[in-house]
Amino acid sequence: MRRTSVPPGPEARAGLTLRGVRIAIRAHVLIPALDLDIGPGECVTIMGRSGAGKSTLLAYIAGTMEPAFSAAGQVAIDGVDVTGLAPEQRRIGILFQDDLLFPHLSVGENLAFGLPASLRGIPARREAVERALAEAELAGFARRDPATLSGGQRARVALMRTLLAAPRALLLDEPFNKLDAQLRHDFRRFVFDHATERGLPILLVTHDVADATAAGGRTMTLEA
Amino acid sequence: MDDPHHGRVGAAVHEVTRARGGVLRLAPALTVAVFLLPIGAGLIGTALPAFGYLPAIGGRAFGIAPWRELFASPGIATAVRTTVVTGIAATLVSVALALGFCAVAHGRRWTRRIGGMLAPILATPHAAVAIGFAFVVAPSGWIARALSPWLTGWALPPDIATVGHASGWPLVLCLVAKETPYLILMIAGALHQVPAARHLGIARMLGYGVTEAWLKVILPQIYPQIRLPILAVLAFSLSVVDVALILGPSNPPTLAVLAVRWFGDADIANYFPGAAAACLLFAIVVGAMMAWVALEHAGEAVGRRWIARGTRSGAASIGARAAFAMTIALCAGSALAIVGMSIWSFAAQWRFPDALPGSLTLGNWSRLWASLAVPVATTLALALAATLIALLLVVCCLENESRTHRRAGDRALWILYVPLLVPQIAFLFGAQVLLVSTGLDGTFGAVVWAHLIFVLPYLFLSLADPWRALDPRYARSATSLGATPLELLLRIKLPLLMGPVLIACAVAFAVSVGQYLPTLFAGSGRVATLTTDAVTLSAGADRRVIGVYALLQAALPCCAYLLAVALPAWRMAHRRARWT
Repeated sequence: MRRTSVPPGPEARAGLTLRGVRIAIRAHVLIPALDLDIGPGECVTIMGRSGAGKSTLLAYIAGTMEPAFSAAGQVAIDGVDVTGLAPEQRRIGILFQDDLLFPHLSVGENLAFGLPASLRGIPARREAVERALAEAELAGFARRDPATLSGGQRARVALMRTLLAAPRALLLDEPFNKLDAQLRHDFRRFVFDHATERGLPILLVTHDVADATAAGGRTMTLEA
Repeated sequence: MDDPHHGRVGAAVHEVTRARGGVLRLAPALTVAVFLLPIGAGLIGTALPAFGYLPAIGGRAFGIAPWRELFASPGIATAVRTTVVTGIAATLVSVALALGFCAVAHGRRWTRRIGGMLAPILATPHAAVAIGFAFVVAPSGWIARALSPWLTGWALPPDIATVGHASGWPLVLCLVAKETPYLILMIAGALHQVPAARHLGIARMLGYGVTEAWLKVILPQIYPQIRLPILAVLAFSLSVVDVALILGPSNPPTLAVLAVRWFGDADIANYFPGAAAACLLFAIVVGAMMAWVALEHAGEAVGRRWIARGTRSGAASIGARAAFAMTIALCAGSALAIVGMSIWSFAAQWRFPDALPGSLTLGNWSRLWASLAVPVATTLALALAATLIALLLVVCCLENESRTHRRAGDRALWILYVPLLVPQIAFLFGAQVLLVSTGLDGTFGAVVWAHLIFVLPYLFLSLADPWRALDPRYARSATSLGATPLELLLRIKLPLLMGPVLIACAVAFAVSVGQYLPTLFAGSGRVATLTTDAVTLSAGADRRVIGVYALLQAALPCCAYLLAVALPAWRMAHRRARWT
């Protein structure tokens, strides 16, 4: 594994830090300069219209920004600068509006895909998958085809898959948008409970005020 | 179209649609008949003589004598083994290289033009590439010249076997060089059907490198769509004749070449073991396909376990990177092969250890000009006729699809692939017997039909996707403006699809130019094209002469492709110029 450092202990955790992040497309500046500290277990919401650069900001943090954009600034996790790292080396989890479960894998295989390889042995991995399913109130769903699940169930599997990869920060790109009102409420709780329980810094982007209220933390608005 | 009794709006339009749908509705059946009937009849016509029945030459007693003769012929075991080993090796290596290449190249900016980059290799007929490869790897070829005499000390071509080596490695090499780009193109097309970028993004977030993520997440999703092309490569590699004649072992040759030899023998009694050999090859191809399907199942089981282990080690990406490098090397090799034979066609004299000819001349061309005229004209006429007929049938099929709102399903796709999955030799002999009995053998029409069998599927496959992807709102708005369905087709759809139509025609043209065996059999050996002449000459003519034929053979399809790309661009530039 190509990791730059050993994950620090809980006392060393500084959360997600952005320093002087600037994003532009051609001559049009979307985000002039953003400094942000999100502590472990804290959730910060960024609001803004579509096209304001919300998703691009998350893509920059995750390392998957489209080359059409230009960006600068530092991203650090738990005090370690990850700006120069490939996305797969950053250990940042992200959830989108679409669950993006892999259709060729069963629910259990989707979760096993997220589990680190350091957890060895089929029985141990299967147990970890079962535990995650139980947490998502989906016990016994391991062999199911993701296509047979409801929207809410799929969303929960997507979150568990992300969390099983043991990320050090969680980015939420309007993941509640496609769910209907009741489901949206339940899934929000589900996400925030699990992420805060693991002490993850959360950055949520949305254009829905209810999301921001539910998140309960600081809220910022992108004007561009 | 100008029926005065019909108004041009509303219900009347529907009525017209229905009336015209009646004729068009025959299009799919007609198209399928064009190639399924001769293939079916040809298979039967080959199977009967394999069991002793061919009344035209006195075979009336059913029996297994032809099979006995086949299995008693010297070297038959070796021929079968060489066929199976080279065919399967070429397929496995082509698939591995194409997958590795795509896994590494995915998402890079230059891959957007991959179709254009591969076009010259894809358009160049197999025989031309094989002739070029023969020159590169022969004992007197470019590799030996580059190393002589300073390294090898050879002042004369060494007495070693490369081309025609008993193991068949030059044959495998050439097949891989030709089939890998084809599979890459098929994979590139399949990638449009899955949300590849988003799924790769998720996999990277979960800690997987791009290449490993491609193999674990994208490949399983696109595999169903590249399965038929892979089976086509398998069938082709097992049954290829022209490349095997030029590069393959000669004594004994591969099974397909053995069958062609028997069919071409002066002693017509040899038709019987020849037919048995063709049937055996058919059985081998079917068996190999079943083995491939079994391999797919095994691969899926292993793959699932590999994915579930969650390894992010990147070991797979090392293999993929090696495949990427090898693919680039092979493409460079193909380019070198084509350049090499081009130089030969202009060489005045080119002595052995010299890397380049002493002087260049147009003499080879001017000397051959008279004898080239007929094959060039025949090649062009056959290709144009087959392409135009195929285009007409395919457009009718696709138009029928959009008017009846019924899309051809998976079964139709399998039917389209039949000509690419059945070994040519297994039905061409039988088809020839039928043609002879009707007196049609050796006619222009018979050869056009034989080409059509292979041109049609390729034209359909390259035109269907862009046709179906055309925004239906153009058609709806044109209809609401009063256009009849025929006007809609001629004035809206075809002009909008001009680019894809021309590319599909270029593909079809290239397929026709490259046909060797269908020309030989349907033409009863009397219809000479550049390809049949080039293959015949490759057996021992002057390299300068072979170079001329091979270069021309490669140039025709490449010109067609250039034309297909340039015409729409020129038209667009012309139109813009009028506005500025």
